[in-house]
Amino acid sequence: MADEALFLLLHNELVSCVYKSAEQGEGENGRCVTKLESMGFRVGQGLIERFTKDAARFKDELDIMKFVCKDFWTSVFKKQIDNLRTNHQGIYVLQDNKFRLITQMSAGKQYLDQAPKYLAFTCGLIRGGLSNLGIKSIVTAEVSTMPACKFQVMIQKQ
Amino acid sequence: MSRQANRGTESKKMYWYLPFISPTASLHLMNSELFTLTYGALVTQLCKDYENDEDVNKQLEKMGYNIGVRLIEDFLARSNVGRCHDFRETADVIAKVAFKMYLGITPTITNWSPAGDEFSLILENNPLVDFVELPDNHSTLVYSNLLCGVLRGALEMVQMAVDVKFAQDTLKGDSVTEIRMKFIRRIEDNLPAGEE
Repeated sequence: MADEALFLLLHNELVSCVYKSAEQGEGENGRCVTKLESMGFRVGQGLIERFTKDAARFKDELDIMKFVCKDFWTSVFKKQIDNLRTNHQGIYVLQDNKFRLITQMSAGKQYLDQAPKYLAFTCGLIRGGLSNLGIKSIVTAEVSTMPACKFQVMIQKQ
Repeated sequence: MSRQANRGTESKKMYWYLPFISPTASLHLMNSELFTLTYGALVTQLCKDYENDEDVNKQLEKMGYNIGVRLIEDFLARSNVGRCHDFRETADVIAKVAFKMYLGITPTITNWSPAGDEFSLILENNPLVDFVELPDNHSTLVYSNLLCGVLRGALEMVQMAVDVKFAQDTLKGDSVTEIRMKFIRRIEDNLPAGEE
């Protein structure tokens, strides 16, 4: 067992490192997000392998999403997703009212412009997890008031 | 008079209290795989971004330093550790309290230099390298170099300039992982400019 402070600090360093290297170079915002996202993707892939080791086979897509909202989220952020919504056509919205990586930053609209930086890694985390369960997806995040945030998962049909 | 003398010895006797884990620890515990894998993703990314391993080592150390200067505050707030009186005590606190608290391991302290300004931390199992295999073309990469930075940064915030480096690494075929720490000097409190 490790301590959560380590992960939080490492994540902060990750973000600032990626953005700093971009500042010196080309300075494209999009590429930083992609980089963080792809790191999250790799971590998500690894984590889901470990977490589903003893889990029963999933029935369907919704079952997988429920697993992500409950077990996966609890293992990573120590709480469940607060609200899961879907249109039954491949779009899921996962709402976390107190998202761990931004709780320390603000409780309101201050620093709202900085928030996307701190969500990219987690988007990748979800996408990587789903991808290892056989679901191709696009994950985006949005924040209107910190520390609540919504992750939108769009399933890509093959 | 006598009472004061008493107090002096007393404070010397119980210089620090060693919590195995802090009272609030269970609140802070988390899945260490997340940390391990995230760290792995970071090293992978750095290896892609930089051309040689030396630069990666340097960057990891720098990031560790940034973490260390913040982590020390978390550490001091959550453990009951006060100021250390000598380097041996510092070593004990690092190995038995800090490592235990943050990584869940307790390294052993060995190889004291005669002057008492240098020692080694032996890590039996380094949680940072749980799923790692170093490829042949990264022979100079010090995978866990972040730890050196963390230790250096944290100690600098308590007025100790320390040199930290890996002496042995299981990833490179050594039987144990050894971190060598060398005390350089005590950093004097600087008054802000313009103040007497």
